[in-house]
Amino acid sequence: MQALASALEVPAYAGRPVVQVRLPALLVSIFPGATRRLELQAATVDELMDALDARWPGMRDRLCDSTPAVRKHINVFVDGVRVGLDARLVHGAEVYVLTAISGG
Amino acid sequence: MNDEVMILLGTKKGAFILSSDGRRGDWELSGPHCDTWPMNHVVADPATGTIYAAGGNEWFGPAVWRSADKGKTWTHSSKGLAYAAGETPVKTVWSLAAGHGRLWAGVEPAGLFVSDDDGETWSHVSGLRDHPSRPTWQPGGGGLILHSLVLHPDDPDQVWVGISSAGVFHTRDGGRTWAPQNQGVRCDYLPDDQRYPETGQCVHCLVMAPGVPNRLYQQNHCGMYRSDDGGVSWQSIEEGLPSSFGFPAAVHPRDPDRLYLVPLNGDIAGRYMPDARAAVWRTGDRGRTWEDRRAGLPQKNAFFNVLRQAMATDRMEPAGVYIGTNSGEVYASRDEGDSWSRIAEHLPVISSVETLSVRS
Repeated sequence: MQALASALEVPAYAGRPVVQVRLPALLVSIFPGATRRLELQAATVDELMDALDARWPGMRDRLCDSTPAVRKHINVFVDGVRVGLDARLVHGAEVYVLTAISGG
Repeated sequence: MNDEVMILLGTKKGAFILSSDGRRGDWELSGPHCDTWPMNHVVADPATGTIYAAGGNEWFGPAVWRSADKGKTWTHSSKGLAYAAGETPVKTVWSLAAGHGRLWAGVEPAGLFVSDDDGETWSHVSGLRDHPSRPTWQPGGGGLILHSLVLHPDDPDQVWVGISSAGVFHTRDGGRTWAPQNQGVRCDYLPDDQRYPETGQCVHCLVMAPGVPNRLYQQNHCGMYRSDDGGVSWQSIEEGLPSSFGFPAAVHPRDPDRLYLVPLNGDIAGRYMPDARAAVWRTGDRGRTWEDRRAGLPQKNAFFNVLRQAMATDRMEPAGVYIGTNSGEVYASRDEGDSWSRIAEHLPVISSVETLSVRS
């Protein structure tokens, strides 16, 4: 029965659009095993952040604050347009997560 | 001699570690650690030797980093290190204290978090921000930061915190309720008839005398103070100092009457060493008298300062004293402050200095 129940479970991302994601080198360097380019399923940028966090625990905290919002010096572009957490994603979208000008 | 001393440095561009044997003559530098994140405070838990580094990155926000192998490898976490949705988010972590199996973290904007799993996950100590004075808390020059964390050595329920510029607060019940402890501490920046309020004092650094938990010392924006009743009341001990203004304070590891300070030339005169001549001041009689110590410190054109968490002592015999400057130099004394030598230079701005002494 356990095997059957497991087989019937539907992943949270099932049916979600498949999007291409690019991450900044500075972020990848602090998550061992993380890659600069990957494919994820998510319907919104908010869901995409959760999907990143599921893959590399703690990554959402590095990109989003508790407002909740994308961090002030992080920019998310979807198909060339800068967006926030509530932006919807479509199949095949290209998502760039970039570090903005900052530092000192 | 198998003794080992490590000096843990928090800097604007990562954590650094200076290591030496018990002779404390030759120092080896490692770093920058923590991916060059700005690090406000780096501490070690003397019970385990684990090193924790607290900071925040403009891009990636606050986190506490942890190394269980003397800085060779690091992990980081901020799980739970957040205020409720809608509140101003935590910007950075400012202070750490390990004791009684717990790790405490003070953050900006001012608040307190605690971890019971070695920094992996954090819980908000909401009682502090529930204090009725919180709407009146004002940021100081360094922001609205919880920068000083003092744990009682025997009672895990007692914690003191220093918040700029809200003052000192104390809990006796593990953080559920807090009482301001600022009686006798001046606010020179308020009108004459309002200089001793219940809260709003600009505490710069708060430390506890070794072996005497009721004795606290604080360097304030407006003077130097000692409390002999666990912070309930404070007496000025600034007479004999060249200035009432400075940032760090460090206690001797064994002598509760001995304290080290780095007075600056005042809060509106550039905030560097008086006459641009560097000195560490010390008392051996709990603040009744003070003496300056300069041998080995630059005596002309010294326009640096020492920030609030950037002075520490070690546990060796005789005790070592260390200062890190905002110009990126570390000066060390291995004779209780009598003489000094420069053991590192050209580092980024140094925010904090702590030590880990391992005696064989």
